[in-house]
Amino acid sequence: MRVARLRLFGPIAELAGTRGDQVPGATVAQVVAAACERYGDAFARLASHCGVWVNGEGAGPATPLDEDDEVALLPPVSGG
Amino acid sequence: MHDVPLGGDLPAGDDWIAAGEGVLPTSEALAWAVRPGCGAVVTFCGTVRDHAEGRHGVTHLDYEAYLEQVGPRLDAVARAARERWPDLGRVALLHRLGRLTVGEVSVVVVVSAPHRGEAFDAARFCIDAVKESVPIWKRETWAEGSDWGLCAHDVRDVDGALPGADEAGSGRGGGTGVPTADGGPAPVSAPVEPV
Repeated sequence: MRVARLRLFGPIAELAGTRGDQVPGATVAQVVAAACERYGDAFARLASHCGVWVNGEGAGPATPLDEDDEVALLPPVSGG
Repeated sequence: MHDVPLGGDLPAGDDWIAAGEGVLPTSEALAWAVRPGCGAVVTFCGTVRDHAEGRHGVTHLDYEAYLEQVGPRLDAVARAARERWPDLGRVALLHRLGRLTVGEVSVVVVVSAPHRGEAFDAARFCIDAVKESVPIWKRETWAEGSDWGLCAHDVRDVDGALPGADEAGSGRGGGTGVPTADGGPAPVSAPVEPV
């Protein structure tokens, strides 16, 4: 099973209790599902409102992942 | 991506993109943006306010970022502005990170252009695009508590400035695709609207 590097920020990092993790999955959807199972319901609720980038580029649930890809979950941004 | 120079070298090109924990060099950016062919320089500063929606007595903000991606996304904003207003002179997009207290400058946009109309329009475009497309989050601390900023936007790409999702993906800037009980808001995939 391929393993992605999950990156978490802001409120979703707080819910997970970590800013980074190794999560198995061959697609974005699989990695997100595995993370939701690992971190629980509150995490899953916010994850559904997050954008997702793979290696810094916008991605969707079906985006396939290579070994060691960086999957970032981005809660609504509030810079400025 | 550069850390904010604090009296260090100015950028070699016509875009000044930076983010970091130091005080933002607002007046340096204004002076840097002045060009012989430009009759207008617009500077926007975002400053820490003492209140937010339902939150009185805000004392400070803590900004955090997906740091490796802040530079590329700020670059994309500058590029998108130049696509819309090709006559722009210089563009500075500077964002401060870490803890800021009330009154401190959190973000600076400086745009120079031959005439004031495009300078104002481009500066407005840039600050709006920075707020919607750059991966930065603020945590607010006020009299009764501390929590993440409520005035948040689903992160989106600046129109035409970044590669989209791969072909197998279901669209750029979308959500994770994990359904929720309440349905949740539709993933935002619309580009930043041209001004």
